[in-house]
Amino acid sequence: MDNIDRAIIASSQAGLPLTPEPYQTLALQIGISADDLMLRLSRMQESGIIRRIGAVPNHYKLGYQHNGMSVWDIDDDTIDQLGKLIGALDFVSHCYHRPRHLPDWRYNLFAMIHAKTADSATQQVQQIARLLGEHCHAHEVLYSTRILKKTGLRIKRK
Amino acid sequence: MDPIDRSIINTLQQGFPICTAPYKQVAEGLGIEEQELLARIKALLDSGILSRFGPMYHAEQMGGALTLAALKVPETEFEHIAQIVNAFPEVAHNYARDHTLNMWFVLATETPEQIMPLISKIEAQTGLTVYNMPKIKEYFVGLKLQA
Repeated sequence: MDNIDRAIIASSQAGLPLTPEPYQTLALQIGISADDLMLRLSRMQESGIIRRIGAVPNHYKLGYQHNGMSVWDIDDDTIDQLGKLIGALDFVSHCYHRPRHLPDWRYNLFAMIHAKTADSATQQVQQIARLLGEHCHAHEVLYSTRILKKTGLRIKRK
Repeated sequence: MDPIDRSIINTLQQGFPICTAPYKQVAEGLGIEEQELLARIKALLDSGILSRFGPMYHAEQMGGALTLAALKVPETEFEHIAQIVNAFPEVAHNYARDHTLNMWFVLATETPEQIMPLISKIEAQTGLTVYNMPKIKEYFVGLKLQA
């Protein structure tokens, strides 16, 4: 990643311009050609610097009122295998192994679930619990009650 | 939101082309005019149905760092603490959750070394302990929410 890539990131992280030729618009702002900009974006997408180009909906406004962070206390020696299994479920958007903070916080597996009804959320949690079986010692679901901020990540232009 | 908006949201969650006139290409796939697509995306962003549209950058791949952090905020101080936390540009998103750990936010910094000093700053400004939960392993990130 060089300074031009950084400039591309800085000028596009708030969003893609809503102009017929958005990459041309960005390229003009940065002072490079549209072809160079598109090539660099493609490279960043291939290397994983860009996860994807696309839209992020507000869950609530699409009717997904039941967005839960399900957290699970799993044996450390089975967590990698089980984490992959849970991450593969179609209603799980993010699945991570994170550290415990004993005694306050015993959970080490995090799986975000999204449902339109409370019943459906409960079923999703039960499905995860069945898959984890005896390897899981406790779990909780932390529902979000409000979005306090959602801007996506920002880096500064150097 | 009408059926066209829904198909726009579903389509744009799957990706967006890198070409000279990408909106035109997507609009053709949806059977609408380019100008209509642009106007509808703008309206979806303005109304907050879409919170973002553009490239999603991978912080760690850029040499940066992300972490998930939580606070136990006394209910009476909740709005005040939310303001303090949200004022940090490194806070990418922040959610209220129903738990004794009732505020959960993601920190994004340009280098891994900036995470701990940032956490210390948040602790100093809020007077609360930050529970830092950086990922040890990522099993899955992604999701298409059917609009």
